[in-house]
Amino acid sequence: MERLENLTAKEIARRVRDGDISAQEVLHYFYERIERIDGRINAFITVTKELALQMASQVDAKVRRGEDPGRLAGVPVAVKDNICVAYVRATCASRILENYVPPYDATVITRLKREGAVIIGKTNMDEFAMGSSTETSAFGPTRNPWDLERVPGGSSGGSAAALACAMSPLALGSDTGGSIRCPASFCGVVGLKPTYGSVSRYGLIAYACSLEQIGPMARTVDDCALLFSVIAGRDEHDSTSIPVEASFNIEGGLDLQGLRLAIPKELVGEGTHEGVAKTFFKAVEAFERGGATIEEVSMPSVNYALPAYYLIAVSEASSNLARYDGVRYGFSFKGDGNWSVLYAKTRAKGFGAEVKRRIILGSFALSAGYYNRYYLKALKVRTLVKRDFERVLKKYDALLAPTMPMPPFKIGERIKDPLSMYMVDVDTVPMNLAGVPALSIPCGFTEGLPVGLQIIGRFFGEELIFKLGAYFERETGLRMLKPQTW
Amino acid sequence: MSQEVRRETIKHVAWLARLELTEEEEELFTEQLGRVLDYFRSLDEVNTEGIEPTFHVLDVKNVFRDDVPREGLKVQDALLNVPELEGSFIKAPRLK
Amino acid sequence: MTSLKTKLFCSCPSDYRGKAPNTVVCPTCLGLPGSLPVLNRRAVEEAVKVALALNCEIPRRTIFYRKNYYYPDMVKNFQISQYDYPIGVGGKISVKVNGGVKEVGIKRVHLEEDPGKLVYKGSIEESPYTLVDYNRAGIALLEIVTEPVIKSPREARLFLQKLQSILEHLGVSDSSLEGAMRCDANISIAGGARIEVKNISSFKEVEKALAYEIIRQRSLLRMGRTVERETRHWDEVRQVTASLRTKEEEMDYRYFPEPDLVPIELTEEFISSIKKAMPELPDARRERFMKVYGLNEYEAEVLVSEKSLADFYEETVKLHNNPGRVCHLIIDDLLGILNLKGLSISNSKAKPEHVAQVAGLLDNELISIKMAKYLLKKAVETGSYPEDILKAEGLKVITDKKRIENLVNQVFKEHPEDVEAAVKDDKVIHHLVGLVMKLTRGQADPALTYEYVKRRVNQLRKTKAT
Repeated sequence: MERLENLTAKEIARRVRDGDISAQEVLHYFYERIERIDGRINAFITVTKELALQMASQVDAKVRRGEDPGRLAGVPVAVKDNICVAYVRATCASRILENYVPPYDATVITRLKREGAVIIGKTNMDEFAMGSSTETSAFGPTRNPWDLERVPGGSSGGSAAALACAMSPLALGSDTGGSIRCPASFCGVVGLKPTYGSVSRYGLIAYACSLEQIGPMARTVDDCALLFSVIAGRDEHDSTSIPVEASFNIEGGLDLQGLRLAIPKELVGEGTHEGVAKTFFKAVEAFERGGATIEEVSMPSVNYALPAYYLIAVSEASSNLARYDGVRYGFSFKGDGNWSVLYAKTRAKGFGAEVKRRIILGSFALSAGYYNRYYLKALKVRTLVKRDFERVLKKYDALLAPTMPMPPFKIGERIKDPLSMYMVDVDTVPMNLAGVPALSIPCGFTEGLPVGLQIIGRFFGEELIFKLGAYFERETGLRMLKPQTW
Repeated sequence: MSQEVRRETIKHVAWLARLELTEEEEELFTEQLGRVLDYFRSLDEVNTEGIEPTFHVLDVKNVFRDDVPREGLKVQDALLNVPELEGSFIKAPRLK
Repeated sequence: MTSLKTKLFCSCPSDYRGKAPNTVVCPTCLGLPGSLPVLNRRAVEEAVKVALALNCEIPRRTIFYRKNYYYPDMVKNFQISQYDYPIGVGGKISVKVNGGVKEVGIKRVHLEEDPGKLVYKGSIEESPYTLVDYNRAGIALLEIVTEPVIKSPREARLFLQKLQSILEHLGVSDSSLEGAMRCDANISIAGGARIEVKNISSFKEVEKALAYEIIRQRSLLRMGRTVERETRHWDEVRQVTASLRTKEEEMDYRYFPEPDLVPIELTEEFISSIKKAMPELPDARRERFMKVYGLNEYEAEVLVSEKSLADFYEETVKLHNNPGRVCHLIIDDLLGILNLKGLSISNSKAKPEHVAQVAGLLDNELISIKMAKYLLKKAVETGSYPEDILKAEGLKVITDKKRIENLVNQVFKEHPEDVEAAVKDDKVIHHLVGLVMKLTRGQADPALTYEYVKRRVNQLRKTKAT
C-alpha cells in the first residue's frame, strides 16, 4: 500500500471520495503508526478507536451509495483534549477532569463530522491550556519528534507532535497566547490562530474567553486552509462568533508584486536566539524574491503585551475554572467537611501547580482594590496593542515575525521558573490581544531544530496570509516535514 | 512588599479562590507569584490616560436568541458525570 | 419574568415547576465545560418595558458582568448578572400610604440568571448533605432595587403590592406561580448597621420578617450589644432570621464584564417602540375607572390593586352595564367571601358571568341583597350560575301577587300583636315585611310585599277607625 503518511489530507480525501481507498483502510494505517510511535512521543491521551471506526464506516457507506461523503472524507483528525467530542472523555490534561465525558459535540466537531472527517484521538496538552511546553499535563509531557529530550511546545503540543510524526494528517488545537503557533513552530508543522470570532468556541473548554480560538493544524498550508474552511463560520451557540468568508481557493497562487510586508522590530528584539533570527531573516527573502517589499516597523506597545496578556488570561481563567467543584462532574474529594472545605480540597488535589498559580493570580488581579490597577490596566494596554496593529496593518498588507524567540528547549529546562516559561510567548501573545489572525509555517532549521515564521494579517485576512504561506511553501519546499526516525 | 505581607496575601487570595494550599505550596507560590507580580507591574510604566479598556476585540453588539423553547439534555446525559445522586437530585456536601 | 418561554441564556423551556429534578437542563444552564450563553431577546424587551414603567432612565448601552461566588446552586460558581450599566436606573413609583402618596425611588433594574434550587434534610444547619435541582438554573430574573426610603414593614408590603400590580399589568409576571417574586430586604435601625435578609418568598412574609428583625435588633441594642453588618436568612417555617454571613465573610464578587457576551445597544427607536406598545398601568387604569365608571378613588384603587381583579371588574361591567352596582358587589360582598375562604379572584370558581347575573337580578328587584350574597357564595364554592341556583333550589323570587297576599295573610294571622303595633305605628310595617321575608327565606319580592302589607295595615286602620 502506498505510504499514506506522504499524502496530504486533501489527497487522502480525494482518494476516499473516488473509491481508491476506503476510510477504514486509512484509519487502520494511521492507527498502526500511532501504536508503533506514540509510546515514545505521548501525543495522545485517548485514542478514540470505536468512534473512529464508526465514523469511517459511515463514510465508506456513503461512498458506496454514491452520496457525497464530504470535503474531509475519511481524513483522520487529532483533536486537542480541551475540545468536546460527545461521549468521549475530555480531560484538558487535568486530574480534575480525568474521567469527564461531555454529552455534546463542540460545534467544530459537528462540522468535522458533517464533512466526513474521522476523529482519531484526543491529544495531550498543557493542563487547561496553561503552558507553552505541554509539560504541565497530568499525563506526562509530550516529546518533540525532532529531539525526544525537548519540548514540542504548548499548549497544543500533542496535536503538533502527532502531525510531525504523521500519526494523523490533520489536527485541531486552541490558541490563547500562542498555543497553536508555538508547538507548530517547535514541531515544524503549520498552525493558524484564526481571527477572533471566526471559529466557534462552543465546546472549547474555556481558559481565557476573550483571547482564545480553536484553530486548524496541518502539515501543509493548503491542508490547513481546507480544515479552516470546514470549521470556521458563525455559530448561533457562540455570541462572540461572526459570519466569515472561509472558503477560498489558495491553489491559484499569489502575485507578490507590490505587496507591502513589514517586520515589527519589537518581535525580533535582542531576546531572540541568534540562530532563530538568522533563519528567519534568510527565510523572508523568499517574499522579496517574489516581488514584495519588506520594511521594518515599530509597534512600541508590543513590549507590554506579555504582562497585559497574562493579567487578562489569568483573570478570566480564575473565573472560568471556578466551576470545577466536583458536584456535577469531575474529581470530587471525599472526606469530612462542608461545601467550602471540600471544594477547596477538591481543587487542591485535582489541579496542578501552574493552574493553581494562575487561579490565584487571576483572583488577585480581579479582587477589590486591585481590579483597576491590574485587570483594567491590562485591558487599556490591550487597546494600545490593538491600535498598533490597526495602524501598521493599514499601511502594510501583512506582518512577518519569528513565531518563537528560541528553538525548542529541553524538557525540564524552564518548568521550575514560571516567569521564564511565560517569556517564551513574547512573539505570539500580541496577536491574541489584538484578535488578528496569525499563521505559523516552518521556515528552516537551526541546530537541527525547526524554526517557525509567523505571517500576521488583518481582521478576517486569512485568505492573504494563507496565500503568502502557500507561496513560501512552494518557493522553499518546506512542507510535509518529518524527522527521519518516524 | 515584604515577604510577610506577600505570604498573607497569597493565603488570603488562595481562600478567595477556594484553593487549599500546603505549607510548601504557600512558600513556593509566594516567591514565584511575587516575582510574576513584580514583572506585571511594568505595566505601570505605560501611559493609559484617556484610553478605554478593550473588553471585546470585535465591535459586535446585540447578539440575541429567539424566545423559542428547544429540547435540552436527556436526564441521563445531564447526570452522566455526577459523582453522587439521590434519585435525579444531585448530591452536594452540607452547607454548614 | 414568567412571561418568557425560555431561560435567559439558553433555549431550555422556562416552565420548570413541578418537573422531575434535572430534567429541564442543557449544557449551558448546567454550566458544562465548553458551554456558552446566548441572550434571550425577549428578556431584554421585557426588562426595558419594566424599567420604563418604573420611570427609569434607560442607558444607551447595557452589559453583563460575572458575579463570582461559590455555592452548590451555582453551576458555574459565577452568576451572569449586571453591575455597571444596568438596564434601568433612577426610577420611581408612587404608593398610597397612610392616606397620602409616597414616592419610592427605584435605584436600579437589572437582569440576571437564577441559580438552581437547594433542598435540605431539615434545616440548613442540620442537613448532612444538600440536594440540588438545576431545573431553575438559568431562568431569567429581573432585579428591582429601591432607594432606602421605606419606613416600616407595612410600607414595604404596600410598596410590593403596588410593584406587583404594575408587573402584572405589564404582563411580565404571573404572581400565581410559585417563586415568581422573591425578596431580599435590607433593614437598619438607628444605632445599628444594615442587615440584609434574604430568601423571603411572599409579601406577607416580608412584613413578618421585617417586623421580626426590628424586634430582634431593638432588643440587641437595648441589651447594650451592637448590631453589626450581616447577611441573614428568613426561615419561613420557624419564622425567624438566621445568620448566613458575617461582615468578615462578606463576599468579594470580583465583578468583571462577561467576555462570552457582547454589549447590548438600546437605540431610541427600540425604546420608543416599547413605549408605544406599553399596556395600561395601574395608576392610569385607576384614573380611567374613576372617569369612565364614576367610581371614587378608594373603590378604583382597590380594584386596580390586582390586575386580575380589575380585569374581572371590567369583564363584568361589559356583561352588565351598571358599574356602580358591580363595583359594590365585588368590593362589599365578593372580596369578603373570597377572603374568608382564603381564595383569590383568579383561583376561585366565580366568573364575571356570575356577578353580572347577580347584578342584573338585583337591578330588576328580583332578589334581595341577602339572596345576592348567597348566590355569590354559591358561585365561589361551586361555580354554579345564579339563575340555575334559583331554579334548582326553588328559590325563584316570589312575584306572584296572589302568593304574596297569602303569605302576608299567614303572617298577619300568626303575629296579631305585631299587626296591632303596625296599625298604631307605620314604622312597624317594616317588621312585618321582615317576617314575610323570614317565612319565605328572603324570596318574597320585597317591594310587592311591602306594598301589600301597607295596604292591609291601612285597611285595618280604616276598619278600626270606623
